Amino acid sequence: MNNEVKETEVNGINLHVVETKKYKTNTIVLHIKSPLVREAVTKRALLPYILQNGTERFPTRKAIRSYLDELYGATLSVDVGKKGENQILSFRMDVSNENFLKDKTPLLEEAIKLLADIILHPTLESGVFKSQVVTNEKRNLKQQIQSIFDDKLRYANMRVTEEMCKDEPYGLSVWGYEDELDAITEGELFEQYNSMLTNDSFDLFVVGDVNNSDINRMVQNYFVFEGDRKPITNSVENKQKQEVSKENVVFEEQDIKQGKLHIGFRTNTTFNDDDYFAMQMFNGIFGGFSHSKLFINVREKASLAYYASSRYESHKGILMVMSGIEFSKYDQAVSIIKEQLGSMQNGDFTDEEIVQTKAVLKNQVLETIDVAKGHVELLYHNSIANKTRSVSDWLTGIDNVKKEDIVKVAEQIQLDTIYFLKGKEE
Amino acid sequence: MEKIVFEQLNETLYHDTLENGLEVYILPKQGFNKTYATFTTKYGSIDNHFVPIGEEEALKVPDGIAHFLEHKMFEDEEGDVFQLFSKQGASANAFTSFTRTAYLFSSTSEIEKNLQTLLDFVQHPYFTEESVEKEKGIINQEITMYDDNSDWRVYFGVIENMYKNHPVKIDIAGTIESIDKITKDLLYTCYETFYHPKNMVLFVVGSLEPNQIIELVKKNQGKKTFKEMGDIQRIFDSEPDKVAKKKEVIRMSVQTPKCLVGFKEKNPNRQGNELLKHELAINILLDIMLGQSSNNYEQLYNEGLIDNTFSFDYSAELGFGFSIIGGDTTEPDRLVTSLEKLIQSFVNTPLDKKVFERAIKKKIGAYMRSLNSPEFIANQFTRYQFNEMNLFDVVEVLEELTVEELEQKMKEHFDPEMFTVCQVLPK
Repeated sequence: MNNEVKETEVNGINLHVVETKKYKTNTIVLHIKSPLVREAVTKRALLPYILQNGTERFPTRKAIRSYLDELYGATLSVDVGKKGENQILSFRMDVSNENFLKDKTPLLEEAIKLLADIILHPTLESGVFKSQVVTNEKRNLKQQIQSIFDDKLRYANMRVTEEMCKDEPYGLSVWGYEDELDAITEGELFEQYNSMLTNDSFDLFVVGDVNNSDINRMVQNYFVFEGDRKPITNSVENKQKQEVSKENVVFEEQDIKQGKLHIGFRTNTTFNDDDYFAMQMFNGIFGGFSHSKLFINVREKASLAYYASSRYESHKGILMVMSGIEFSKYDQAVSIIKEQLGSMQNGDFTDEEIVQTKAVLKNQVLETIDVAKGHVELLYHNSIANKTRSVSDWLTGIDNVKKEDIVKVAEQIQLDTIYFLKGKEE
Repeated sequence: MEKIVFEQLNETLYHDTLENGLEVYILPKQGFNKTYATFTTKYGSIDNHFVPIGEEEALKVPDGIAHFLEHKMFEDEEGDVFQLFSKQGASANAFTSFTRTAYLFSSTSEIEKNLQTLLDFVQHPYFTEESVEKEKGIINQEITMYDDNSDWRVYFGVIENMYKNHPVKIDIAGTIESIDKITKDLLYTCYETFYHPKNMVLFVVGSLEPNQIIELVKKNQGKKTFKEMGDIQRIFDSEPDKVAKKKEVIRMSVQTPKCLVGFKEKNPNRQGNELLKHELAINILLDIMLGQSSNNYEQLYNEGLIDNTFSFDYSAELGFGFSIIGGDTTEPDRLVTSLEKLIQSFVNTPLDKKVFERAIKKKIGAYMRSLNSPEFIANQFTRYQFNEMNLFDVVEVLEELTVEELEQKMKEHFDPEMFTVCQVLPK
């Protein structure tokens, strides 16, 4: 069921290796974590995109891509994400297992070496990043930021977070801010890069038909940092209970056809807490699935929406509800959603709903670890929270939740912000 | 039951054709927790004009009915099938494409129960006037959601430009007006015609024992009776050999314009290995021409005409096919001019043998990666099967491709007559 995970520290990197024969390719993921900071967020968002533009050995983006193709179409993708109050820079690679090919080039070792080069030996000009590369990537990031506006669901999600967490790092956009881009210099970026190498936490995951000691040797040989790494240990969690004094309601208008209703709740429960599993159960019964209260009541019974669901961000302890509705159905939708929370708090859910949700949640975890990248994300939650929960801990944790535990977490949940993106009045 | 071994890939596929005509495929996957099953009918949004089972006259049905039917299948006398699946620890879903409607579940426990639920709910239609009316509200919101989605609009816009008559140009979900015309009786007519086991494929992949699965399916199907049925007659109007429209501009609430260009397939009648070879060839040509390791990509990127959203794809089915290229850009018109120019210069230049070989390698790697995914295997295998191709022949066919074949195909496919543009611009 579960594949054993081997964890070691190599050259200041937390290395996680999962040995399994179920895939035809091997997966490498590097997550680089640092606390979300207003002054750094835009610059850091640029870094992974700049780094994939050339190394000392492969000095252009095209040279890197040609080499990846040569390695039987190894893939490399970079991304920026948010986990709790951290900004995560991610590099993901996937490379064929040569055992399934006629050609026996050691593809995995070449891929790890390339990733190390991308992180540690970028192509430079006068000691900093190339200006053409920086110009291109600023433009690319600018369009990336604008694309959030263009995708109304993502936009509404960003806006509700921004409104709800105005004075918290979590309210920052991990893609940074468009108006800051022009002023950023190559030198400042390079400084940010050096700070990343010294101060950020590196978690490297390798999943596939691999051997842990081989991987340790490769990382030892290729991920060689100049000077000492002083990773900032886990950012302190925001533990104080957040009381919501009054519901914050924000309306915004755009030229669109469907209203996007996003509601943010404070749960006061995070990944580290003992009632984390009760919270997962709450989310499952309330809005996580197609058997949940939101789906049944907003969609099936009232025909108000195509989607109505909730998502729990466990490191920050926030629950987001989202639904796409007709503009005129705002009051009805909000009141149905509030009623569902009320019924959760009153214990108005059946044993059958509990059994059902336990089955679906356990299934979800087991399915997640069937996908290499899914397994990595599950393991990374542990690193983020500095807590070790194995898959079997997870399964027992869910099984042990009782109805009163769910009611208890439900009682702590408070509505913080309602955000509604609607059409322009004619 | 037939057993087919693919040695190089280390996969074994089991196949059986049941008495009622249902094709069953089973692929055991070692080490996986989950089992994934799809039950698919060869019936999609393009099948809107056909002779209903047991009748003589052809019937034209409202746009979006295949998708509407997919939604309604999840309800029976007892209520909602989603509830039953989740009690059995499974997650269920469905989708409708141009040519297929697929029902699926995945789960890590109670596989046999879930498989029976899948077979039973798809083979048990239950529609009432009231539930049909109720569904219209939900689907209207689905349609409105896509109306606001600029990526979807530009993609459908470019397909709409290509076709004058073929129903591929119709949005899969239909329109608010067209679905309003859907009735309970029309749903039954479509169901009876297209959900016959002879028109369906069951694919089960994951941690399972093939003999057990086939026994269960046989027993389940043996208990049910179906009408006699001949070949389904589908009617398509003839489609001209050129695009219906050269350019379309859609105004929406966006900050960065979106621009897609497309080439309509001239000969969309390939099936079997001929189609497999053709679609692999065109996809490889696109990759050589515009992939991230190409000179063209580097040039477009450095000139600021494309960003990370730039992509391309070729897809084909019986009756239609197209390649689509593009993404977000601040200069949509300059992007079109540059693409036109570089594509024409590409098709007039001989292919570099080394680059060709690298592209083949890359495609083999991508194919291997896709075999990690039970979802991909089940869905693609079914699509291949409906087109008389075999998913596990891909590497063999790739290794047979030659530079000469590709050079011939590129001149045929990237024809300026077949070229069209769709852009989404800020309001």
